[in-house]
Amino acid sequence: MLTFVLRRLLLAVPVLLGVVFVVMLTIDLLPGDVVALMLGEHATKDAVATLREHLGLDKPFVVRYLEYVARVARGDLGRSIQQNRPVAAELADAWPATLELTVAALLIATVAGIAAGVASAVWPNSFFDAVARLGSLFGLSMPIFWTGLVLIVVFSLWLNWLPVGGAGSLNHLVLPAITLALPSVAMVSRMTRSAVLDVLREDYVRTARAKGVGELWVLGRHALRNAFIPILTLLGLQSGQLMGGAVLTETVFAWPGLGRLMVKAIFARDYILLQGAVLVFALAFVIVNLLVDLSYGLLDPRIGRQG
Amino acid sequence: MNAWSRFRRNRLALVGLVLVVVLAVSAALAPWLAPYDPARQSLVEKRTKPGAKYVLGADEFGRDILSRVIYGSRVALLVGVLSALIAVAGGLLLGTVAGFVGGWLDAVLMRGIEILLAFPYLLLALAIVAALGTGALNTTIAVGIWGVPAVTRIVRGSVLALRETEYVGAARALGAPVTALLRRHILPNIVPSLIVYATLFMANAILLEAALSFLGLGVQPPTASWGLMVSTGRDVLLVAPHVATVPGLAIMVAVLAFNLVGDGLRDALDPRLRGSA
Repeated sequence: MLTFVLRRLLLAVPVLLGVVFVVMLTIDLLPGDVVALMLGEHATKDAVATLREHLGLDKPFVVRYLEYVARVARGDLGRSIQQNRPVAAELADAWPATLELTVAALLIATVAGIAAGVASAVWPNSFFDAVARLGSLFGLSMPIFWTGLVLIVVFSLWLNWLPVGGAGSLNHLVLPAITLALPSVAMVSRMTRSAVLDVLREDYVRTARAKGVGELWVLGRHALRNAFIPILTLLGLQSGQLMGGAVLTETVFAWPGLGRLMVKAIFARDYILLQGAVLVFALAFVIVNLLVDLSYGLLDPRIGRQG
Repeated sequence: MNAWSRFRRNRLALVGLVLVVVLAVSAALAPWLAPYDPARQSLVEKRTKPGAKYVLGADEFGRDILSRVIYGSRVALLVGVLSALIAVAGGLLLGTVAGFVGGWLDAVLMRGIEILLAFPYLLLALAIVAALGTGALNTTIAVGIWGVPAVTRIVRGSVLALRETEYVGAARALGAPVTALLRRHILPNIVPSLIVYATLFMANAILLEAALSFLGLGVQPPTASWGLMVSTGRDVLLVAPHVATVPGLAIMVAVLAFNLVGDGLRDALDPRLRGSA
């Protein structure tokens, strides 16, 4: 078990190295001069040259990449250009808010998505099934930032139930979490429906029913348990979608998280902060998928842990 | 039964097709359909509620929202179609190279693709835009590049499978050059899945363009882009909710249309996948 986790974590290292490489390379390919853009039109040549040297931008790309990787390995993410604070500190301020938001959204997506999907599969082609399937089509087609604004209009402006934005209480979390969760609810319910429908056609379900097992027990013990593997895979992939969606949701609701920090970094051309933020997102994605892989073994003893 | 008659029996797909046609017509005939010039400002009429003069109301600068929504379909469709072309062209190239050449090149390419696919979609596009800068063209490129990895994987998989078939083996034994193999035997077999993927990609491309423009990192003002319109409307959300919400409806309808057509095409062109989520 422990060796499996360690091996998987080691395998994540090349992925993270690759992510850093891709991000640094895209920024390096920037057509304009980053430093000149950062300092504005009126900067002197000297000032540009000094800052360029200070940031190490006068060195070749490969050298900069290796230096950055070496520093990150020692836990040093550099200092942000805009605030001149350690990037690690800025990220540490922001990530708990994003974690709170994405975990809440993932919980909503899991509970609501699986409930809707199971109900659809148990009563296929019923009225509920039709509504749920149409709803998931819309859920997949609504731009997340727009859903957020519509929810604000309805629940904050008209009904006056919930705050417009900001963070701090459970009330503040409700609208952003629902907004972020909606597309995932749609995906999960679609997937659950087809997975449960597949399992319900299996021989062992017929056997269970034939020997008089109650329908609830059939669903919980036989159907859901086996349908859970594809659902879990999807949830792992959805966590990546949620991180992308968090950027938009945080912007709409003024939620003080990593996504908003990242957008700010892009506007300020603070590429050191941007690299750090992307690295945290990538690391989170790797960890989530490791957890998903680990839980396969718990759900289905046939799946070994050889990785 | 041929693909069209299978497609025709799918009512939802037909609804999607009608919506796509409406979009295409509004993009093509925008100057004749729009009641006003989309850039015409009328500051005394700013934030006018939907009514007789402005059917969908007016925005922060007193511009007619209906006209801007109609013109916005041009941006959405153009970015969608062009980025789909970039994604398909790039994916075809990389996928056939990886599948045909194999060896270390294939290994390196596919590791790179896996890294890109592991990336949350918006973050990759954000990184590309951060590098390229904003604007309609750069947005199109960013959205297109974002689609390349998935197409590459589809193409490579098909090439690997087709390479082992007997008819390709026979054509090779007869001395057919690689280009002829590709054109006559491999490409025709990939086209259906590429059409399906490209249609579903259009839906996501429109969403992504809207998202980037909403963040201020995509299409720039004063161009009428739906995502940008939602973003400007956000500033007056609490006084004039229609400014932000109406253009968002257009995004939803466009995305829904391509999703429906894509689902229908998948069921019609690739019956093996029928019913899968």
